[in-house]
Amino acid sequence: MKTGNRACVTGDDFRNSPPVDHVGIVERAERFTTRSIKSITKRAGLNMVLNMIDLTTLEGADTPNKVRQLCYKAEHLHDSILGLPSTAAVCVFPPFVKTAREALGDNSLVKIASVATYFPSGHTTLKSKLEETRRAVSDGADEIDMVISRGRFLSGDYNYVFDEIAAVKEACGDARLKVILETGELATLDNVRRASDIAIHAGGDFIKTSTGKIASAATIPITLVMLLAIRDHYAKTGKMVGMKPAGGISKSKLALHYLVMVKETLGEQWLTNEWFRFGASSLANDVLMQVAKLESGHYQAAHYFSKD
Amino acid sequence: MKRIEVLKTYKLYIGGKFPRTESGRYYTPEGRGGKVLGNICQGSRKDFRNAVVAARSVAGGWGKRDPYNRSQILYRIAEMLEGRAAQFEDELKQHGSTAAAARKELQVAVDQCIYYAGWCDKYQQTFSSVNPVASAHFNFSVYQPMGVVAVFAPEKSALAGLLGTILPIIAGGNACVVLASESKPLCAITLAEVLATSDLPGGVINILTGNRDELLDNVSTHMDVNAIVASDLTDAHKAAIKANATHNLKRVIIRKEDPAKSESPYPILATQEIKTTWHPIESSIAAGSGY
Repeated sequence: MKTGNRACVTGDDFRNSPPVDHVGIVERAERFTTRSIKSITKRAGLNMVLNMIDLTTLEGADTPNKVRQLCYKAEHLHDSILGLPSTAAVCVFPPFVKTAREALGDNSLVKIASVATYFPSGHTTLKSKLEETRRAVSDGADEIDMVISRGRFLSGDYNYVFDEIAAVKEACGDARLKVILETGELATLDNVRRASDIAIHAGGDFIKTSTGKIASAATIPITLVMLLAIRDHYAKTGKMVGMKPAGGISKSKLALHYLVMVKETLGEQWLTNEWFRFGASSLANDVLMQVAKLESGHYQAAHYFSKD
Repeated sequence: MKRIEVLKTYKLYIGGKFPRTESGRYYTPEGRGGKVLGNICQGSRKDFRNAVVAARSVAGGWGKRDPYNRSQILYRIAEMLEGRAAQFEDELKQHGSTAAAARKELQVAVDQCIYYAGWCDKYQQTFSSVNPVASAHFNFSVYQPMGVVAVFAPEKSALAGLLGTILPIIAGGNACVVLASESKPLCAITLAEVLATSDLPGGVINILTGNRDELLDNVSTHMDVNAIVASDLTDAHKAAIKANATHNLKRVIIRKEDPAKSESPYPILATQEIKTTWHPIESSIAAGSGY
């Protein structure tokens, strides 16, 4: 898919990214959790959440069969409930992209996302990162999730980070690029904002909070800071950038809070899986349990839902 | 100057914590002489749901715990209960008991804890069986906890009846969610404070107060509840529970005997599954002289 966001030379000095009002952000984030969402609206919201999930398996123990199972689950979330959407994508390690493509075929609604650039640490040469990206794309990945070099970022080498993202974007070709900031390692909201600005300017189609591999993952305040960076970019250039919070979102209620935040911060345009995703593995089942509760009136038990 | 007495806020007990009901509702049951007992939380279906989540998350660990350790913890409950004897007796009197009856009920309650503490590490070897089979197999049946048990506590016996109902359940390694007596809730709330200081992992026993009619359907249809133990049900309640329980084949146990007088191991077995296992063996008789 061709997308608008290309690396641009803006002359921006990323040291001048706007500072973030930590207290204000936290308080604003708190307010998103107080909306009352009931019955039909809730059901619509839950369907939307399902349709925005990047169903993920990024374990050392992954096998081709696990990936096939995941692909099946992405298209058949819970067949006993009618009218459920498929998930937005499956997210796998590069060696499993071929398997996923075979399992899904070429016409699936489910996209294939692959982490590349030596996920999750990113510690390797630029050459190998580009090689891994090209291979994943040629194997059939629609989307690439890259990690930024946090070490370089934290030592102030912003140009290196920018150039690296731009190079990976070029290697992606038509595949969309999601840039993982790994906010849990960036220490401050100011840094999150700065990294977001760099990723957006360097050509990221999506910015993504976390790898899900460290304890501190996506939170509402961090996501809000990133959404504000997207909003400012949109106001300035008219170009949309997507958002993907990942890790730590496992309850449907929390996912609905995120949707509220996206709508109230960026507007309805972003409420599609073209522009907003959840990176999650256990969220889907919790949402399915809530949908089943709405349908049947009975509270559900986890063991009635397939694990993968 | 006259001192203003500090009144207690009565709360629920879920997952080892004391939250207010998420619904913000309360009711005001009356005790002896029409005196209002307090503002008691009227728990909602969402409180129940949260309690089941809490119970489920610890049920596995509690069931796998060394039975001897479960026994020690039940004994500890007895110790803490005895230490609060005066408070329980006072609450029983507020609920309408005479001083003598209150004293007696407290003693029975403590003794029940000791009784079931003793059974924790004994029911398995007493009631498991080695089964005769016509092949070279060792075939045996053992008891396993069911998981999460919902309890409608006895309406009339606020302390001994409550403990006589829940002790056999947890002695057998289950976790439970209890709806306390609606008209006599004080002892259940104080019992929660005892449990919180008894080394019992949070979530093994969860105590809600509220209206039985209102919660009956949600409790009995919940797909993550494995069994229901109930006392003092009306016929309509019994029928509703049994019908609702079919959704996930819950076991429904309606206590016929007075749980307040419960000193029997059989209530432990009521909330156990039986697992039967085959293991191939060489028959020493068929093996001949080589043995």
